[in-house]
Amino acid sequence: MSEIVISAKELTKKFGNFTAVDHITFEVSKGEIFGFLGANGAGKTTAMRMLCGLSYPTSGSGTVAGFNISKDQEKIKQNIGYMSQKFSLYEDLKVWENMRLFGGIYGMKEQDIKTKTDQILEHLGFMDEKNTLVRDLPLGWKQRLAFSVSIFHTPKIVFLDEPTGGVDPITRRQFWEMIYEAVHSGITVFVTTHYMDEAEYCDRVSIMVDGKIEALDSPKKLKEQTNSQTMDEVFQKFARKATRNAD
Amino acid sequence: MKQFLAFVKKEFYHIFRDTRTMLILLGMPIVQIILFGFAITTEVKNTRIAVYDLSNDVVTQQIIQRLQANTYFTVVESVGSPERMDELMKAGKVSMVVVFDADFESNMLHTGEAAIQLIVDATDPNQATTITNYATSIITQSIQEMTTGYSASFTILPQTRMLYNPQMEGAYNFVPGVMGLILMLICAMMTSIAIVREKEKGSMEILLASPIKPIFIIIAKAVPYFTLSMVNLVTILLLSFFVLKVPIAGSLFLIITGSLLFILVALLLGLLISNLVQTQVAAMLISGMALMMPTMLLSGMMFPIESMPAVLQWFSSIIPARWYIEMIRKLMIQGVSGIYVVKEFTVLIVMILVLLTISLKTFKTRLSSN
Repeated sequence: MSEIVISAKELTKKFGNFTAVDHITFEVSKGEIFGFLGANGAGKTTAMRMLCGLSYPTSGSGTVAGFNISKDQEKIKQNIGYMSQKFSLYEDLKVWENMRLFGGIYGMKEQDIKTKTDQILEHLGFMDEKNTLVRDLPLGWKQRLAFSVSIFHTPKIVFLDEPTGGVDPITRRQFWEMIYEAVHSGITVFVTTHYMDEAEYCDRVSIMVDGKIEALDSPKKLKEQTNSQTMDEVFQKFARKATRNAD
Repeated sequence: MKQFLAFVKKEFYHIFRDTRTMLILLGMPIVQIILFGFAITTEVKNTRIAVYDLSNDVVTQQIIQRLQANTYFTVVESVGSPERMDELMKAGKVSMVVVFDADFESNMLHTGEAAIQLIVDATDPNQATTITNYATSIITQSIQEMTTGYSASFTILPQTRMLYNPQMEGAYNFVPGVMGLILMLICAMMTSIAIVREKEKGSMEILLASPIKPIFIIIAKAVPYFTLSMVNLVTILLLSFFVLKVPIAGSLFLIITGSLLFILVALLLGLLISNLVQTQVAAMLISGMALMMPTMLLSGMMFPIESMPAVLQWFSSIIPARWYIEMIRKLMIQGVSGIYVVKEFTVLIVMILVLLTISLKTFKTRLSSN
């Protein structure tokens, strides 16, 4: 049994009468890729925001990297990386300026930032684009860079909120290769998605329906349990129960 | 601290990379000062006029010389026919034609009645009135002078007294107004747009998930606009002092201090707006409607507050620019000492305290509620 880095117990978030996240309980071990699946409006993002210290839970508790999500948000923020589909890097900054900014925000030393920037760009084969404004890069590149930036400060856990929205399957594949590399270096990955091919890449997935976790296991076992061939089928079977409209 | 500096650097990049916006922000005060100072002025200078002299005698010649010698008018042509006169007017080559009746001198001397006609281009009624008043005054004066020494019978000429301020007081008055407007624009509008942009793009989320403190994000956003408005403040003061020759009669220290207070008010207003709205368009509309319009119309910049209806007068007292403009007018143009602007300083400080409380409160609830 490896170390638990994320745990949630009866975690709940209410907005007025609306229960966005309804008593969810789960644990994620170190080095795991944990997929968080659900239709739009199922409560994935809200749950993730609570874990990242962006939002206070209404009830229930949780820890991330060993810190209480209701009390030690500042400490959690030091130990996590966060990337969302909506934002990938400042368009009017150059590639290396984005890296320096985020390195700086996480309090890294100037020299470390420089070394790491070159290391990452070299590795990605983006060295020639070091001085390019991010707005001039293709979307797939931006997203891979954004992921590099989100783990730039070597966090314990990285939260990815639908990181591959809008890119083609090949780029998505490349993106997942980067995720695997990160996992090899000991980073735990918590990822929300609604691409079912991505769900297959995860070690374990949870399926959220109407704010509740309906299923939680490895993709293989989930397929066995529901007699399905693909994760897509599995998802259809669970998501059919949904009464909430997607927003 | 290092986090903060990294962040401030980023904010400066955002502004410098957006060359167009930056040029507008830096150029606007210059353009406004020059426009208001030279173009938009009620002062009549070098108005081009023509004369149609049917009499051509000593008296008319002298009057024409008087008109010509004055800085207000330039006599461009002495026309020989009504058609030519018409032509010049239509082509817009002159704004006024002075027509002297035939036998002007003899009529004046013998009957005491001589006719001068002023034909004025009244497309701009205000301008036309001013020109007419000037011309009448000059003509009256010269006739009066020429006729002194004669018997009293024909000195019964209409006396026009000009209450015009020859020193371009108009130009002095708008400088504080422009200062108020520009500072409000840059600090409030630009700051609110910059903060909301991060929300709209989703980067605020990333920043909030990072260890940097939200209050630092906001302060870092304000720093470049604060710098920019200081540059503009200095530009405006230099331009008005050296180019428009507006005196800086009062203490420069008080002017700068007062401006800093006003900048703070504007920054806080910008922050408040950014807390209330979600999109850049909304931020722009709100700052435009709720800040810029009242600043222009109700602050006393364009229309005197005393002549407003009571309700608007009352309303204008909650507009920060009103107090700022009043303070700068007093300090810069009247050159009063600090005691006379205590009221304005106090009002601005109270506004800062109130806005600070509200902004911090809305800022906190926004972070924890969702």
